Amino acid sequence: MSDQSTNPLRDEIQKAISENRVILFMKGTPEQPMCGFSARTVAVLESMRQSFAAVDVLPDPRIRQELSALSNWPTIPQLFIDGELVGGCDIVTEMYQSGELQEALGLDAGAPGEAAPEPEPAPQQPLSIENRL
Amino acid sequence: MTAGPVSATPDELKARIEAEIPNARAVVTGDGHHFNAIVSSPAFRGLSRIAQHRLVYEVFGDEVGDRIHALSIQTKADD
Repeated sequence: MSDQSTNPLRDEIQKAISENRVILFMKGTPEQPMCGFSARTVAVLESMRQSFAAVDVLPDPRIRQELSALSNWPTIPQLFIDGELVGGCDIVTEMYQSGELQEALGLDAGAPGEAAPEPEPAPQQPLSIENRL
Repeated sequence: MTAGPVSATPDELKARIEAEIPNARAVVTGDGHHFNAIVSSPAFRGLSRIAQHRLVYEVFGDEVGDRIHALSIQTKADD
């Protein structure tokens, strides 16, 4: 036994973050966001045709609690790139507009607002971690 | 001073940000649930955006997501 009670949910979240280069914790799903901030963050990622893993925090309040404890960030959505918290909707939007987000993702930072020539929406299948409790 | 379930106001958020963050100036708008804060402070200098926003969130602790349903933040490091 470890000194603290083991925390499988937090471990699972940490694992999801380390195993997915781009992962978004959000309210709802990319197809059906349940909050304007989550919707806007998804829209930014999709406008860059960036694939990403998504975790819906709504099915169990503990997901959000553990995530916030882990990331030291109080709000949802939370975008992680390469295992690091990038930020929520405000920071993601700001970084997109400045081209920093494209840079962090290793995309062509040339034209932030460029129109996507071929829509390729399907992101990776959303993870479901609520069934690992 | 902030006891009770009184709903939050932009003035309250502004006052608390300016009291907690050194030499901060804040412009806060909101409807009692969703707020937008533009905060400038020399305390932000040299910090990442994440760290700057954390300083603002820390002013309100657990109230963010609860009493303060949503808080949008823009930060500026000024001299």
